[in-house]
Amino acid sequence: MENAWLIPLFPLLSFLLLLLIGKRLREASAYVGILLTLASLVFSILVLFERFSEPTYMAKVNWLTIGEVHLTAGFEVNQLNALMLFIVSLVSFLVHTYSKGYMQGDERFHVFYAYLGLFTFAMLGLVISPNILQTYIFWELVGVGSFLLIGFYFYKEEAKAAAKKAFIMTRIGDVGLFIGMILLFWQTQSFEYSEIFKAVEAGSVSNTMITLTAILIFIGAIGKSGQFPLHTWLPDAMEGPTPVSALIHAATMVAAGVYLVAALFPLFLASKTALLTVAVIGGFTAIFAASIGLVQTDIKRVLAYSTVSQLGYMMLALGCGGYVAGVFHLMTHAFFKALLFLAAGSVIHAVHTQNIEEMGGLWKKLKLTAPLFLIGTLAISGVPGLSGFFSKDEILVAAWEGGHPVLFLLALIAAFMTAFYMFRLFFMVFTGDARSEQRDVNESPSVMTLPMVLLGILAVVAGYINTPWFGSFLGDWLVDGNPILGAAHIEGPAWIMIAATVVSLAGILFAYFIYGKRSIAPDWLSGKGDMLHTVVSNKYYIDEFYQMTVVAIVTGFSYFLRLIDTFLVEGIVKGVVGFVQGLGRTGAKMQSGQVQTYGAVAFLGLAVLAVIYALTGGYLR
Amino acid sequence: MSSVPASAFLALALILFCIGLYGALTKRNTVIVLISIELMLNAVNINLVTFSKYGVSPSINGQVFALFAMAVAAAEAAVGLAILMALYRNKKTVHIDEMNEMKH
Repeated sequence: MENAWLIPLFPLLSFLLLLLIGKRLREASAYVGILLTLASLVFSILVLFERFSEPTYMAKVNWLTIGEVHLTAGFEVNQLNALMLFIVSLVSFLVHTYSKGYMQGDERFHVFYAYLGLFTFAMLGLVISPNILQTYIFWELVGVGSFLLIGFYFYKEEAKAAAKKAFIMTRIGDVGLFIGMILLFWQTQSFEYSEIFKAVEAGSVSNTMITLTAILIFIGAIGKSGQFPLHTWLPDAMEGPTPVSALIHAATMVAAGVYLVAALFPLFLASKTALLTVAVIGGFTAIFAASIGLVQTDIKRVLAYSTVSQLGYMMLALGCGGYVAGVFHLMTHAFFKALLFLAAGSVIHAVHTQNIEEMGGLWKKLKLTAPLFLIGTLAISGVPGLSGFFSKDEILVAAWEGGHPVLFLLALIAAFMTAFYMFRLFFMVFTGDARSEQRDVNESPSVMTLPMVLLGILAVVAGYINTPWFGSFLGDWLVDGNPILGAAHIEGPAWIMIAATVVSLAGILFAYFIYGKRSIAPDWLSGKGDMLHTVVSNKYYIDEFYQMTVVAIVTGFSYFLRLIDTFLVEGIVKGVVGFVQGLGRTGAKMQSGQVQTYGAVAFLGLAVLAVIYALTGGYLR
Repeated sequence: MSSVPASAFLALALILFCIGLYGALTKRNTVIVLISIELMLNAVNINLVTFSKYGVSPSINGQVFALFAMAVAAAEAAVGLAILMALYRNKKTVHIDEMNEMKH
């Protein structure tokens, strides 16, 4: 564990190498990226196994000394960090491998791998930071990586706009995080997580301040994790290459917000208001995004809204005090959502469209992708036996036992919607009639399918490390030594599990009847609530609302500032310039070349000096 | 001779100097300007001789300086006229206001 700091450095090395010699390596850059992330993965697994038996390891060096304040930099391997290291490096490695097939033939192949390396470095650095300042630095670096990768196809207008939108939206959240961080430092004189928790526990920080800082930090998490009301960037971010969507906008970066709340969980626990805020935002986002997902027609956008919704689930779990449930769902979600995205990428790779209305009947043609997609769909829908079932059950129990029956109900409805829209997606893509224009549909190469197979296995079995039936290994381990984080496993009434199962099966059946068997017409519901359907398929007009309010106000203000700039600032500048130029012109006129004028002026000067001499007696008193 | 006071000599020198200065600064013809400068130099010479006789501590030094100034003025006049000749050949004029090559 002493060498855990090496883990982020491998991808950094990959980034630097590919920057320097990527152009010459071309397609061989993939091997650099894959090998170096494999090294990270191996180290992460070693660290994870070491952490099972050993206590938390932490190392730091003095970074800056300002007066009495010492800022440190270092790394920490606690349970959460070790788990995140494993998840991030695993998904990153698989995506690196997958991209070798997916991005083949791209002109900027090596640049893509360089950016992936940069992002992986930042994300791994983020999850081993022992203090909030270091976290913040990596937090922003992750944002840069995301920006570069969303805008990878920068010649497409939409991709450019999406990259900018993602960066600006997350920055809005980051301002909250930044202010929260500074306030925490002001209150506790330290950026260290451990020092902050000590101060909070000792009660040296006022309750109002704890609530305020926790909510400000949560605003940062809202931005990064695409929670309402800053969620609009995440679906647009799907303009990036699909492997990027799998890595950044499903499994890792967007989970950073959840990670941040989990890492600062003792701070949130100290404030009921902050916890409630987290829970309400999470619960609302879960159902809100799920309802938009019901009507989207772009395969990646459906998955994107599903990601937003699932992240809402995690926030809901954390807000209800279900630390284990939230982190557990983070892990299982990383696996099955990465699987779904990679499978979606494989589908797009085969049929060259993202519109699900133009797909159909792909089950027979994509012999490997289709079953894997089905596994992911089953897992996210919460069908018993797969990983998503166990983690979702934990969350529902946490919400119920946390005393939030309304949020519990919201989560249950969201679970129904999740099952429905995921199977709507599945049936529309893989069953039904094949479209005539899809003649040469081929299965993706094995370099793309192998990572999917591995993720598929994980999506099935990952749930069994924390189940109500066989014991909660993950939960026991996560809260070991930190009783403040809450119980390892929350016991809930048995009917919750049954309800969750019924709800998800109902969603699947409903989707089957509409899109599989087609015994119910697809416009059965949308035909009845025409207005509602329009509103939902326009994503509740959130984008339009922002366009009309925030963007309009900011643009108006900018125009006003530009007026000040053109007339006031530029006026002053022009005045100064004119004055100096006039002075220069007058001075130049005096240099007439007339010797006699010079002589006259010199004599006049001499006369003046003589007068002064006569009056003052030689020197000025 | 002592009936003529020192102030009379000094007044003469002053008048001579002023005439010279006026000529040097106003006349267009460069020859006149040069002559005016000679006039100013000679006004100075009168001053030097006056103070050598009526000064606080009279000595021969003033007269020596006057002789020096005359010698230098003679040389200067020669050089000045030579330059003037060269200028005239180049520019076909002796008017000083047309010789404005020193402009910026």
